[in-house]
Amino acid sequence: MRWLTFTKRTAKEIILDPLTVAFGLGMPVALLLLLSAINSGIPEGYGPSNFKIENLTPGVNVFAMSFLTLMAGLLLSKDRGSSLLQRLLTTPLTAVDYIVGYMLPLIPIALMQGIICYVVAMILGLSFTANIFLAILISILPAIMFAALGLLLGTLLNEKQVGGICGALVTNLTAWLSGAWFSLDMVGGAFKTVGQILPFYHAVEMQKAVLHGSYSGIFTEGHIWVVLGYCVVLCVLAVVLFTSRMREK
Amino acid sequence: MTEIKLSSLTKRYKDITAVDGLSLEIEKGELFGLLGVNGAGKTTTIKMLSTLTAPTSGDAEIAGFSILGDKQKIRERIAISPQETAVAENLTARENLKMMAGIYSMDKDAAEKKIAELCNALSLSKVMDKRLKKLSGGYKRRVSIAMALINSPSVLFLDEPTLGLDVIARAELWDAIKAIKGELTIILTTHYLEEAQEMCDRLAVMKDGKLITVGTDKEIMKEAGVDDFEAAFVKLVKEGRS
Repeated sequence: MRWLTFTKRTAKEIILDPLTVAFGLGMPVALLLLLSAINSGIPEGYGPSNFKIENLTPGVNVFAMSFLTLMAGLLLSKDRGSSLLQRLLTTPLTAVDYIVGYMLPLIPIALMQGIICYVVAMILGLSFTANIFLAILISILPAIMFAALGLLLGTLLNEKQVGGICGALVTNLTAWLSGAWFSLDMVGGAFKTVGQILPFYHAVEMQKAVLHGSYSGIFTEGHIWVVLGYCVVLCVLAVVLFTSRMREK
Repeated sequence: MTEIKLSSLTKRYKDITAVDGLSLEIEKGELFGLLGVNGAGKTTTIKMLSTLTAPTSGDAEIAGFSILGDKQKIRERIAISPQETAVAENLTARENLKMMAGIYSMDKDAAEKKIAELCNALSLSKVMDKRLKKLSGGYKRRVSIAMALINSPSVLFLDEPTLGLDVIARAELWDAIKAIKGELTIILTTHYLEEAQEMCDRLAVMKDGKLITVGTDKEIMKEAGVDDFEAAFVKLVKEGRS
């Protein structure tokens, strides 16, 4: 249960940084309100269907989860720059203990993002169905993926670089290539191909499918396999690189 | 009884040999001082012994376990208080100690008992529920040492424990180290020669990664042919003989 002790410590560190948590939770609310307001100004039949609340909510939720990458990356890179990690590396904690300890406290934040997102969406007109619970639940997969990506970057980069890469690059990639704001088909070509290779589009489509009750679609169209694949690869890479970098240190 | 045995321990970084064929033995319960000017290889030696970095060649045994093949067993028996204060600044002293107890899989009662014991031994009762970032450097170091002692290690590495502390905090910390002396094997690095002489059972002097001499303060002074320990250290380091 060593990982549990480390998880508790990481959770305390996250709670003691309320600004980042508030941003991660408040930002999807602001986006939903803003984009719904824009959509309400567009006459029926015009404008992209992405801005309809039932399509917009999964996209905003996945976009909000990209901030988990920033949180995870900052946590790990901060620790790497401190002597605390040097001390902990001489204890029986294993690489898996560290990765689980950094990742686990981020899952409740992802669930809270989902709950807040869907509560606001219902206020804005989304019909309540049991699918909402499943959509929130399935968002744990992309949450693990984003957190693992953060840990990977936190292992390789320093705090400043993590801020830049995660804060700008990952969030922008998620925004543009997930199909959250506009359909990838609208652009097509290489843009669409890259979007479909990366996991962000599949994370949004997977949540959309569940919300709309098309459960089989997440399997037949392969969305869940792509997200799951990225999850596994990123988690394994995070553990392997963490072990290797700490050995070098 | 030998607790730590170094056999031709060597660490090279590209063109630099940080530690060069270090061989020595340290007895169980000894307070052993590693002395040397900056860049002598003291911290690198401690990093290798505490399994933080692997040697380029040679080996060392702690309680019969090799740093090359028995890292996990060694990690269960040692603790380190690094040069910089290695604490979770956002947590309280008590939370830091509980975290370390959990990492060593101590049960709740044993952890509480040990925390109370360390709190008393290191005079931490006033600050136990204060966040570390609000404490003075002296208190942070004491908490750092308490964290290192939580699992009752058989070997404790103290790397420059008084670095950057004012004279009062330094004296208090030395008192704290005196309080635990004899209960476990302590390897200490420091630049304060007078204090090292007073505290340590035996001392080793390093220069450019090599061991110049090892012995009690009296043996080292005799070897250098002077009556003052600082003068002996300066003479031996300047001569650089091995």
